[in-house]
Amino acid sequence: MTSTACFIIVSRNDIPIYEAEVGSAAKREDAAQLHQFVLHAALDIVQDLAWTTSAMFLKAIDRFNDLVVSVYVTAGHTRFMLLHDSRNEDGIKSFFQEVHELYIKILLNPLYLPGSRITSSHFDTKVRALARKYL
Amino acid sequence: MIGTGKIKQYANVLDKPLGKGKQEVSLSAFAFLFSELVQYNQTQVDNISELETRLEDAGYAVGARVLELLCHRDKGNRRETRLLGILSFVHSTVWKVLFGKVADSLEKGTEHEDEYMISEKELLVNRFISIPKDMGTFHCGAFVAGIVKGVLENAGFPAVVTAHFVPVEGQQRPRTTILIKFAEKVLRREARLG
Repeated sequence: MTSTACFIIVSRNDIPIYEAEVGSAAKREDAAQLHQFVLHAALDIVQDLAWTTSAMFLKAIDRFNDLVVSVYVTAGHTRFMLLHDSRNEDGIKSFFQEVHELYIKILLNPLYLPGSRITSSHFDTKVRALARKYL
Repeated sequence: MIGTGKIKQYANVLDKPLGKGKQEVSLSAFAFLFSELVQYNQTQVDNISELETRLEDAGYAVGARVLELLCHRDKGNRRETRLLGILSFVHSTVWKVLFGKVADSLEKGTEHEDEYMISEKELLVNRFISIPKDMGTFHCGAFVAGIVKGVLENAGFPAVVTAHFVPVEGQQRPRTTILIKFAEKVLRREARLG
């Protein structure tokens, strides 16, 4: 089953610290940029919504054509954003929770500056594996 | 080697489960480490306020991580969106995990709307430290103030946090108060959320 999905981690200061195209469909150059643009545009909505609820998973907050933006906000206001076309909400929630654990492990590294890019290739491998598993 | 158990070795830290971690750490080990931290910084700076700033920055890094870890581990992934919520989180959960007990008291300032105080009879980090007379107002609790600042700022409640000695009648050693002064926008948002 082919699915388009673009996953971005945005820090507290609105700087993307990790991005990955995790869909199983063929990747097109212009599509990738469009996906990132849509995700950045959704940041405003996330900012307002984040203060109305104490839950971390914010479900689907925005639509673009037939793609949906789902967001997960951590305690430190780091946002995990996913642009996807699937309707599997539980799968997406589990995906976010597992990536959250990975993110905490990266953050606990005393030499990692919070808000800087995540460059670990192992992290990249694990996120893609999780995406194949849950999305 | 004597007594080597079969501990599973993980290739990468990302594969290791987060788990509960060690509940207790040796106090003497921490005291030595902290004293080294203070002494090292003393050689790098020219005056007291720079020293306090450095300790605060060290604490800030701890606070940022403690916030994420505790919200995930102890609070079942629920964020704090209200002022009182985050303050009681710092006062109980953070203090309990870091120092083994909840803070002595949490008070709201009487003079200003945006001031709150967390008081403690004797901060754990200060237990083995004595301040020489010529360093008058210096307070090693700047490290703990930095931790609180890290937690608050990363949760979206920017604040100026400082540590002060407050003399108490009838007691030889003064009490320590962590003074938290929230930024304008925090109060505006609180008012808006009602």
